Amino acid sequence: MIKMKSGRRMLAAALTCLAATAGYSQTTEPAAAPAAAAPVSWSTFSGWKRYHGNCATCHGPDGMGGTFAPSLVNSLKAIDQDKFMDTVVNGKANAQLAMPSFGADPNVMCYIEDIYGYLKARSDGALPRGRPANPPAKPKDFADAEAACMGV
Amino acid sequence: MMKLRYAGLLCASAMLLAPVSSASANDELLTMQTDASQWVMPLGNYSSTRFSTLKQINRDNVKNMRVAWSFSTGVLRGHEGGPLVIGNMMYVHTPFPNKVFALDLSKDGAIAWTYEPRQDNKVIAIMCCDTVNRGVAYAAGKIFLHQSDTTLVALDAKTGKVAWSAVDGDPNVGETGTSAPTIAGNLVLIGNSGGEFGVRGHMTAYDIATGKQVWRAYSQGPDSDTLMDPKKTTVLGKAVGKDSGLAGWKGDQWKLGGGTTWGWTSFDPTTNTIFYGSGNPGTWNPAQRPGDNRWSMTIWARDLTTGKAKWVYQMTPHDEWDYDGINEMVLVDRQWKGKDRKLLVHFDRNGFAYVMDRMSGELLGAEKFDPAVNWASSVDLKTGLPVRVPEMSTEKTGEDIPTKGICPAALGSKDQQPVSYSPDTGLFYIPGNHVCMDYEPTKVAYVAGSPYVGATLLMYPPKGETNLGRFVAWDPVAQKSVWEIKEQFSVWSGPLATSGGVVFYGTMEGYLKAVDAKTGEVLYRFKTPSGIIGNINTYTFGGKQYVAVLSGVGGWAAIGMAAGLSGDTDGLGAVGAYRGLSDYTNLGGTLTVFEVPG
Repeated sequence: MIKMKSGRRMLAAALTCLAATAGYSQTTEPAAAPAAAAPVSWSTFSGWKRYHGNCATCHGPDGMGGTFAPSLVNSLKAIDQDKFMDTVVNGKANAQLAMPSFGADPNVMCYIEDIYGYLKARSDGALPRGRPANPPAKPKDFADAEAACMGV
Repeated sequence: MMKLRYAGLLCASAMLLAPVSSASANDELLTMQTDASQWVMPLGNYSSTRFSTLKQINRDNVKNMRVAWSFSTGVLRGHEGGPLVIGNMMYVHTPFPNKVFALDLSKDGAIAWTYEPRQDNKVIAIMCCDTVNRGVAYAAGKIFLHQSDTTLVALDAKTGKVAWSAVDGDPNVGETGTSAPTIAGNLVLIGNSGGEFGVRGHMTAYDIATGKQVWRAYSQGPDSDTLMDPKKTTVLGKAVGKDSGLAGWKGDQWKLGGGTTWGWTSFDPTTNTIFYGSGNPGTWNPAQRPGDNRWSMTIWARDLTTGKAKWVYQMTPHDEWDYDGINEMVLVDRQWKGKDRKLLVHFDRNGFAYVMDRMSGELLGAEKFDPAVNWASSVDLKTGLPVRVPEMSTEKTGEDIPTKGICPAALGSKDQQPVSYSPDTGLFYIPGNHVCMDYEPTKVAYVAGSPYVGATLLMYPPKGETNLGRFVAWDPVAQKSVWEIKEQFSVWSGPLATSGGVVFYGTMEGYLKAVDAKTGEVLYRFKTPSGIIGNINTYTFGGKQYVAVLSGVGGWAAIGMAAGLSGDTDGLGAVGAYRGLSDYTNLGGTLTVFEVPG
C-alpha cells in the first residue's frame, strides 16, 4: 500500500508556500466576455483542475452545483475563507447530505488555496465557466511545493 | 396460493430450462422468471433481456394509457433500478438510506412493511456517482438488499424481519454497495463499488440460507484471488497462464487495482455459468499504472458453484478514459453466420457492441453502436484488441494537458442502465449517452478512503450536435442500428420491450415514453414527478397488465447536467441550445404505475 508521506505539519508548510503563489487574476470584465478575459494565474488554473478532480463530482462543473451538493458559486457569496477552510478540512454531515472531511487528503489540501481562489473568482463573476483560457506554464516554485506536499 | 399458481407453469418451463442441481432452494426462480405476471428479478430473467410476453397493453391501445396509482418513497437523489413483483406484493427500494417498502397490490398498494437499515451516513460522501441502489432480489421467501455500506441483508418477504446479514467490504477504504444482488442456485452474488477509491473489485457468493460466504473472486492478483486456473481458464481460446491477474501491473499497483463489479450478473443454468463485467483500473491517470491492468475492463464467465473462471475477455486493456466494462451481459440464442450459437451480447461503455460465443468465449463481433465513437477505429477480432486512435490517447498527450474531443465521454456510449431485447423483433433497445469529453490526467496520491481519480473532465455533446442522449434499436446480427430517437439528455433508464410491440423507456426530464418497437414512433408519453433513471417493469394483477417505473433524478449523468454540461468556452456553436436539467425537473423519489383503462 502506498502511504501518505507527509503529516499535517508538512501539509501546513507546503500550504504556506503555496499561499505565497496564490492569487488569481482579478478582472472586472463580465463573465459574458470570455474571449477577452485576461490570462489566468497558474494558481487559478490549478484550482480549476483540482476542483474538477475532487469536488465537481458533487458540486457540479464550474462550481455550479449538482443534484447532491450546493453551488459553490452561490455559497462563496455567503461564507468567508475561514468557514470554507473549516468545511473542507472537517467536513459536515446531516441526514441526506454529507460533506467529507478532506483534512488528510493531499489531493485537496495541497491545492486548497488554489481551489478557494478559483471558486472565489467564479463566485465574484471574475471567471467564466469552462477551462480557464491560456493557462501559463507551471512555475518552478509551485512544482517544487507540489512535489513536496503530494509526495508522488 | 403461490405454489398453485406456479404448478401449472412447471411443465412448460421445464422444457425450456433444465435445472442443473436438483436440490437448489431457489429452483423456483427458474420457473418464476418465465411467469410474465410477475417481475421476479431486476433484469426480468436470468438472460437479462428485460422482455415481457404481456400484450394487453399494445401498440394499438397504449395511447390510452394513464396513471393507475403512485407512491412517494420520501427519499431524494437518484432512484436507479426498479421494483420487483412477487405474487401480490411489490418490493420498492430507495437510494441511501436504502429503505425497502413491501406494497400489497391487493390493498391498493398499502404498505405491508418497511425496512430501513441503520447506516453511518459518512458513506454518502464516498459514493462517487450518487447514493444509488439498483434494486433488491428475491428467493426462497426472502428479499435481499445490498446496502450502501456494503452490508448484504436477507429479509423475510412477508414481514421484513432480518433473517441474516453479512458485511461484504469496508467503507473506510472506499468500498460501497450499489449493485442489485443476483440469486442463482443456492447462492446470492454481489459485486462491489468504489472504483474511484483504489479498492479491489470482487464478486462474492453467499449461501442464501445462512449468509455464509461461499467464494470470493477478485478482479486482479494471484490465481488464488482471481480463482483462475492457469491451464483451464481461457482468454480468446488460449490458456491464461499462471497468475495472469498480476501480469500487466507494475509492482504492487494491483493492490489498488479497481476492477469493481458494480453492474449486473446474468446466469446460464444449462452450463451453470454466471457472466458479469469489471470496471476501471485504479486511478484514472493512466501514466501512474503502466501495463494492461488485468483483469479490469473484462467480461468474466465463472462457474456458479465454485467461482472458478471459465473464460475472460479484456475489452479495454490499459484504460485511458474510464470505460468500465460493467454493463449487463445479455444471453441470447441466435443464428450467427448461418450457425446456431449461444451468444452473449454486451454494449460497453467504450461504445462497441460485443458479440461473443458464451460457451467458448470466442469474440464474434464488435461494432460501434454510436457513430461518434472515436477513441478506437475498430476492434481486431483475432487479437481482441481495440485499434486505438493515437490522438485520443490521454497517456500520450500527457499529464496536465487535456486530450480534446474524445467520444464517448467517461459516462460511456451507454452506462449501467440495462438494454432490452425483444425476441419478437430480434432487436436490442439501447438507452444511450451521446457525450464527448476533454480528459486531463493529473498526479494523484493514494489515501485510503479518499477519491483516487487523478483526471479532470469536461463533457459536452459531439461537435455540431445538441442532444446528449440517444435511444437506439440495434440489430445484433447485422450489427447496425435500425432506428434511433435523439434525446436532449442521456437516456439513463433501462427500457422494457413487450410482446405488445411496444418499448417503454424513461427520460431524465421525467417522461415515461412508449414507442413502436418496429419503427420508434412515439405512441405515448407522460411526465412523471421527477427525472427517470430507473428501469421499467411490467406485471399483471387481477388479470390486468400494469407498467411501473421509479422516478427520482440523480446518478452520475445528473451531476453535471444539473448545472448544464457545456462550458461557454467549448466553442461548440451550441451555447444556449440546451440548458441544464434543473430547468426541467427536480429531485424526489416516486413510483408511478400505469394501466390502460377497461
